[in-house]
Amino acid sequence: MKEMLIFILKRLGWSVFVLIGLSILIFCIARIIPGDPGVMALGTRATPEALEQYRIDNFLYESLPRQYIHWFEGAVKGNFGVSTQTRREVALDIKEFLPATLELILFAAILEIVGGILLGALSARYPGEVIDNSVRVASYLGIATPAFVWAIMFMLIFAFVWPILPAIGRIDVPKPPPYTGFLLLDSLLAGNLIAFWDAFKHLIMPGTALALTGVAQAARMTRTSMMENLSKDYVGAEIAAGIPMRRVILQYVLRPAATPTVSIVALDIAAMLGNAFLVEVIFSYPGISKYGINAILNKDLNAIVAVVLVIGITFLIVNIIVDIIASYLDPRIRLQGGDS
Amino acid sequence: MTVQKHEYNTESVTSRNQARISGFKRSWYMFSRNKISVVGLVAVSFMVLLALFERFIAPYPSHAGPYVDFANANIAPCKEFLFGTDQYGRDVLSRIIFSIRNALTMGIGVLCVAAPIGTIMGLLAGYTKGRLISTIIMRVVDIFLSLPSLVLALAVSAMLNPTLFNSMMAITFSWWAWYARLVYGTASSVRNEYYIQSAKLMGAGLGHIIFREVLPNCSSTILTKMTLDMGIVILMGAALSFVGLGEQPPNPALGTMIADGYKFLPNMWWLTVFPALAIMMIVLAFNLLGDGISDMLNAGEV
Repeated sequence: MKEMLIFILKRLGWSVFVLIGLSILIFCIARIIPGDPGVMALGTRATPEALEQYRIDNFLYESLPRQYIHWFEGAVKGNFGVSTQTRREVALDIKEFLPATLELILFAAILEIVGGILLGALSARYPGEVIDNSVRVASYLGIATPAFVWAIMFMLIFAFVWPILPAIGRIDVPKPPPYTGFLLLDSLLAGNLIAFWDAFKHLIMPGTALALTGVAQAARMTRTSMMENLSKDYVGAEIAAGIPMRRVILQYVLRPAATPTVSIVALDIAAMLGNAFLVEVIFSYPGISKYGINAILNKDLNAIVAVVLVIGITFLIVNIIVDIIASYLDPRIRLQGGDS
Repeated sequence: MTVQKHEYNTESVTSRNQARISGFKRSWYMFSRNKISVVGLVAVSFMVLLALFERFIAPYPSHAGPYVDFANANIAPCKEFLFGTDQYGRDVLSRIIFSIRNALTMGIGVLCVAAPIGTIMGLLAGYTKGRLISTIIMRVVDIFLSLPSLVLALAVSAMLNPTLFNSMMAITFSWWAWYARLVYGTASSVRNEYYIQSAKLMGAGLGHIIFREVLPNCSSTILTKMTLDMGIVILMGAALSFVGLGEQPPNPALGTMIADGYKFLPNMWWLTVFPALAIMMIVLAFNLLGDGISDMLNAGEV
């Protein structure tokens, strides 16, 4: 347990360094772009006085490192400036939109892990049979098809041709009281099953679209590492000892075989965080990615910087969680103290 | 899968040319052992031909630009317009053929810049492992990789004007670090080998050592990653143009076509389905080819 704690602390310290670096990077990109940030924020018809005031308020006359320090001081307190789109504090916008995206990504990640490990285990158990070959073909198609194409296809099929799922939005019935911002959790806390079912139906299409690319890859990964483990001596010994195959797989092979899959899922969540930008737009899903796309299209700099940072933080936390799970599954990782 | 045993009689090779031919034969054997790779090669060649001779192959070359013909707008796929026409009366098939060139340009352009930059950084950091410069390079790489590539590319291209070239720059910016990390691993593991020490003793400079002694160790992994990355980069390009940050209308790009078309679902499905299939085919072809090339280059290690 002590090694685990040191391991987690090390990762956290490292993440703080990376985050500061990332914020410098994004801040510099946002400041070196051509064009006057004042005009971008206030529009071309702003009065010179208003522009002047904006420049003073945002420290635009100071040197770049000083501007960054001012921004950093604000950011630590949770102040990312005002969004030119919503004319609100960016922090408020993020608070409103982030839970929706987290809920979506989490849903997709669970789909991917369960689906990937299940399909992978099945195709390792029955190599060369129908299930194995279908997973192989699906993995090629899955990798070659971007999430936004899946999203559009699902929309065409399940919302128009055979309308069984809602096409847009997050919920159609009255929202449950926002305890956490996660609709599924909130509606359960409020005991509102109608809202739960409605929110769940809204998650199915975007969640599956995000997960599909990864499911096939995770399945392939699980298959490879299960095949490897199945050919090891300990499995032979267990079979010779008369332990039923089902139990050998579930109890002994699945755990070591799942470790590489879990690492793959971390990479896939990165892809999901990126793809969510398109999928949320397609399904008009009110998450932080849709907000981010609007910010990008309107050059809303404060919002872009904040969204990128929040995504970076999310990704770092995901990585830490995945490392913890991996080191739980495979104690060797923990004892070596992890890399980096 | 059992590998058939082939004898390559090296002793009977009498000339350099013959050696080259037998080397080529061996590579081709390794590549074509998996028939799917050959399918990938054929498909990629087909796409390159389409991209090169688009003007002669596309049924209506003028439809790739600002062409308007409302009399023929919104026609479902028929004999005259195989993939139908869009809301301006432009032939979807012709526009897809023209956008293949953009997709290929995107992939090749990004990789030909990102891979060398990343490789040089990785070589330098790997060879000087333990020194300050190596630490700085790798920490910068970590920062670049701390964000999903597509998010970084979106953020960067948001700051630039939306053109094909700028979206390529944005993807390159978020892509080089993968090569740096890849090369760093190999480079740092070979830096203490005897042949490198002997080169150092003979007075070879840094440039000679990292490019002539260390680089050949990494070249096959770099090439493998490049071919496998081709599809991913094309996908990222499509994603950027889907949002409106790539090639601008009226020029054709697969992502833009899908973005324009999906508003007309489900009635005018051909506006969306055919460009989507085109993306899938392009990426699938490059993935298959990449698998084949990786079989070929890594044959000795398996």
